[in-house]
Amino acid sequence: MEKFVSLTALAAPYEPANVDTDQIIPARFLKFPRKDGYGQFLFHDLAEDPDFVLNREPYREAKILVASRNFGCGSSREGAAYAFHDRGFRSVIAPSFGDIFYNNCLKNGIVPVRLSEQECADLRALLAKSPGTQLTVDLVSQEVKEPGGKAHRFTVDSFYREMLLKGVDELGLTLSLLPEIEAFERAYAAEPGSGQML
Amino acid sequence: MTSTLATGSPRSLFEKIWDRHVVLRREGQCLLYVDRHIIHDGSFHAFASLARRGLKVRRPGQTFGTPDHYVPTVSRSPADAPTVEIRRMVETFSGNVRAHGIPAFELTDDRQGIVHIVGPEQGITLPGFVLVCGDSHTSTHGALGALAFGIGQSENEHVLATQTLWQAPQKTMLILVEGKKLDHVSAKDIILAIIAKIGAGGAVQHVVEYAGAAIRAMSVEERLTVCNMSIEAGARAGMVAPDDTTFAYLAGKPFAPQGAEWERALRYWKTLPSDPEARFDAEVTLDASRLEPMVTWGTSPEHAAPISGAVPQGPARAHEYMGLAPETKLEGLKIDRVFIGSCTNSRIEDLRAAAAVVRGRKACIPAMVVPGSGLVKKQAEAEGLDAVFREAGFEWRHAGCSMCVGINGDLGRPQERIASTSNRNFEGRQGRGVRTHLMSPAMAAAAAVCGRLTDVRKL
Repeated sequence: MEKFVSLTALAAPYEPANVDTDQIIPARFLKFPRKDGYGQFLFHDLAEDPDFVLNREPYREAKILVASRNFGCGSSREGAAYAFHDRGFRSVIAPSFGDIFYNNCLKNGIVPVRLSEQECADLRALLAKSPGTQLTVDLVSQEVKEPGGKAHRFTVDSFYREMLLKGVDELGLTLSLLPEIEAFERAYAAEPGSGQML
Repeated sequence: MTSTLATGSPRSLFEKIWDRHVVLRREGQCLLYVDRHIIHDGSFHAFASLARRGLKVRRPGQTFGTPDHYVPTVSRSPADAPTVEIRRMVETFSGNVRAHGIPAFELTDDRQGIVHIVGPEQGITLPGFVLVCGDSHTSTHGALGALAFGIGQSENEHVLATQTLWQAPQKTMLILVEGKKLDHVSAKDIILAIIAKIGAGGAVQHVVEYAGAAIRAMSVEERLTVCNMSIEAGARAGMVAPDDTTFAYLAGKPFAPQGAEWERALRYWKTLPSDPEARFDAEVTLDASRLEPMVTWGTSPEHAAPISGAVPQGPARAHEYMGLAPETKLEGLKIDRVFIGSCTNSRIEDLRAAAAVVRGRKACIPAMVVPGSGLVKKQAEAEGLDAVFREAGFEWRHAGCSMCVGINGDLGRPQERIASTSNRNFEGRQGRGVRTHLMSPAMAAAAAVCGRLTDVRKL
């Protein structure tokens, strides 16, 4: 996983609420190897919509998206996070996220930032009014900074914040904890109703 | 946040299961032990990454697989997949489960089916379990009193390699469904009404427990339908406390414990229901007796309304995509195609409800029935339901996810209006430009025989 410390980049506003992962990547593209790259599939079915923000200059080059509530709801497809990552996005800011999409972002070097409804609305308005505006997402200070200096505090769970800052995933850590897992399993196996083998 | 182990203090069903599965804690996260990991033909990235790291599946005996998303429903041969890439997905699945020694029901096995149908049907899902699967509708399994939720492929890989998952404790929501539902009002109508009430993001970051008289009165299959669509309200998981209905359903299932083990498990399962004083972070109440059959009009499951009603004012884009202006009457709206299937509504009770409407009538538009598993299909055939559907002009298919998600090529045509028993009416979900209306099996059957959205109570 690529590490994420701080990013200053062009940001794009996207207004609709409840953007689902079927919009982010239609299901028919979920059969290709990861190494082929998923960036071309991002919002694929909006590719011919001239009003869609990522089809317009200068937003085409955005690396940060500011969206609305319940962003990334629906399917668990990690292809949605792959598509954002491979298109160059490293952060999505929204008032709330689909839980699985949120977790998938954390595992793909994308920082999901929760800000209030009002802060997100203000940021989207700023980006629409001044196309080309760059925002800074700083994972060290846990702030989103506007060019004028205004800062918005956010929090990412400290466990995943460490992983993102170092650019490592949690599997290495968990594998180092296998003795603890094995001890748990031995005690658990004796309990009633614990998971018998199939 | 709830869910800290405080012996003696009242706990909810969710907290009891959570606490028992915490291996250790690190900062805000718990390393949670996974009893059952279910995989399907979409889990290929996880296996590819596992191979790159040179890791093995740590507990193949607690992993179970069946292919569902990509499988053809016209036959049981991968060669009948519409493209080479789709065929390869089914074959890759077989290769992965065989290479790792994972128990699986492959395509030609009668027990194959949609993961969320097969798990409960086989007793692979049991009360008190933590069960995960790389599919958002894993919330379904919570109907048996398990903590079950969908995960991404990176998380799939983590579970394959370690049989654990890092998770932050969740908030809890109690949804009380009181009263008695009226005739022709189904579990699907109840969950659509709940989503319409709290919104598609109404339960984000929460685990929902469904309780109340209407839930207690439901069969396990009805509870599975309710829990299935928890994710459409944004919930991490949906659960129902296990009771005698649950235990009667599970007794004798192939993978459920037997004999003395069953008795021992049963004693434990009876301790699982939420303590009377358990606290929830949020509570919602609904009166089932005031509900009528529901249909969705828009592009989010929260866009649901009673069949007697009209299209309300919603987002402009949803009205445009669906070709429906506000105040359009829902009843009588012309439908082009009907799909009865999906992990929401493809169990035997669903097929019985649809067949009861279809019997003695003819479909006047293209319609298909896709049973949730090979065993559901066999049961339906033993009851003669296939003949009812076939004589009415429905296609009778083999088990799979089919037109709920369309990855296998079962798709509608652009601008077609589909009455569907599935769970998502998102733009393009059933094919580019397709307009999906979600409803119960009986309502979809009524739409098939009338060619229009129809109030099934009037047939």
